[in-house]
Amino acid sequence: MQNQGITLLPGPGLQTRPALIKDARQNMPIGGSRDDPEKARRFRDAALPYLDDVYTLARYLLRDAADAEDAVQECYLRALKHFDSYRGPAMKPWLFAILRNVCRAEYARRTNSATAPIDEVPDDAEQTPLWHETQDTPETQMLRRRDATAIQRLVAGLAEPFRETFVLREIQNLSYREIADIVGAPVGTVMSRLARARAMLRAAWTAEEEQPQ
Amino acid sequence: MTCDEAEILLHALLDGELDAGHAREVEQHIANCPRCAAQLRTYRDMSNAVSDADLHYPAPPALRRRIEAALPQPHVTSRRSLLKGFAMGSAVSAIAATGLVAIVLRSDDEQRITSEVVSAHVRSLQAGHLTDVLSTDQHTVKPWFNGRLDVAPPVIDLTGQGFTLIGGRLDYVDGRALGAVVYKRRSHVINLFVAQGANTEHHAKTETVQGFNIRRWNERGLSYWAVSDLSADELAEFGEKFETAMRSAG
Repeated sequence: MQNQGITLLPGPGLQTRPALIKDARQNMPIGGSRDDPEKARRFRDAALPYLDDVYTLARYLLRDAADAEDAVQECYLRALKHFDSYRGPAMKPWLFAILRNVCRAEYARRTNSATAPIDEVPDDAEQTPLWHETQDTPETQMLRRRDATAIQRLVAGLAEPFRETFVLREIQNLSYREIADIVGAPVGTVMSRLARARAMLRAAWTAEEEQPQ
Repeated sequence: MTCDEAEILLHALLDGELDAGHAREVEQHIANCPRCAAQLRTYRDMSNAVSDADLHYPAPPALRRRIEAALPQPHVTSRRSLLKGFAMGSAVSAIAATGLVAIVLRSDDEQRITSEVVSAHVRSLQAGHLTDVLSTDQHTVKPWFNGRLDVAPPVIDLTGQGFTLIGGRLDYVDGRALGAVVYKRRSHVINLFVAQGANTEHHAKTETVQGFNIRRWNERGLSYWAVSDLSADELAEFGEKFETAMRSAG
């Protein structure tokens, strides 16, 4: 179902990508391009306002600016293609669900990289009791304020699927139900992933505070 | 409530995702547990710090222009090759995306119906209106439904298997009248909701909503939801025994 090597290639921009252009010989129909400016306008109005949100999610999922751009572009093209049949949910979670699919294809492409696919969580990673992680942290410790760049770095350091869940909740402000639909997991799983993500972030946050600046 | 439970649920409390009953339980626990109270404070601080800092990455203007340019416009002939290049990735992956959308939509719908089914179950317990027809005899309950519903639910006596039939009731879920067959195991009530459903066979799936277990399956054009505060294992046992009895009945 997922095609590898076509949708996402490293590099700065589409125009410079022979691999993508070459595939034009397959002569596939182009979604919505049959002189349908009305549909394009509706799509533009509905989907483009979320460009920053979609790009942000891509940055956190892929942790690479160029890959994120490619993924977002691909996401918008898929979204346009399926815009005719779009009946909900809200536009933002819908775009996120598509983006996530694109990013999974990108993970599949990185087969030999050390990064684990989003869905491949080692069983014990989600089942290790949470309290083991926080037991040693002093309970009353205050969190030092950090600037956005520092927090972004801490969030980027979270392992998947905890990073994804955390970003969808804390940065994108989605409900547990919306997140569950996007990641295809029960709400209970979302809840426990979020608890774990916050525990990990907190540990990283306080660990850094102990180091001399 | 134990600290282990509170440790997970305090996040849902923080996010405003708990219903009133559970929120009260967590708050009660926290009021008496300095350790969990400290956890909640720290996580609240962290959450505030995260939302105060803007952690978005603005999309680069070049990306915005590229996407704009790729959208169909009245005069795009000069961009034909660009569009084609774009189209490849999406055409190939179209099926995956369609599937995904369908899943999102369906689960939204299912979620709503599931929560309606749970509400119907709760209503049946609260209102002193568990049964319209009170009988442990399937030959009394079954005909009672006839004429009251387009589709009368199958009524099977599972007393021999440890689930006592206690009656039937008309209920409303998703704006439709449907039959509920009521069983008991020990003091636990099981409502089995039956509606005319999709033709697709649906493997039994159990989930937990508001502390109730729901087992849902489709068979022979009927959709079933069994709801109870029984454990998931016992509810599964109920479902399996029901299905087995259905098959042997015809």
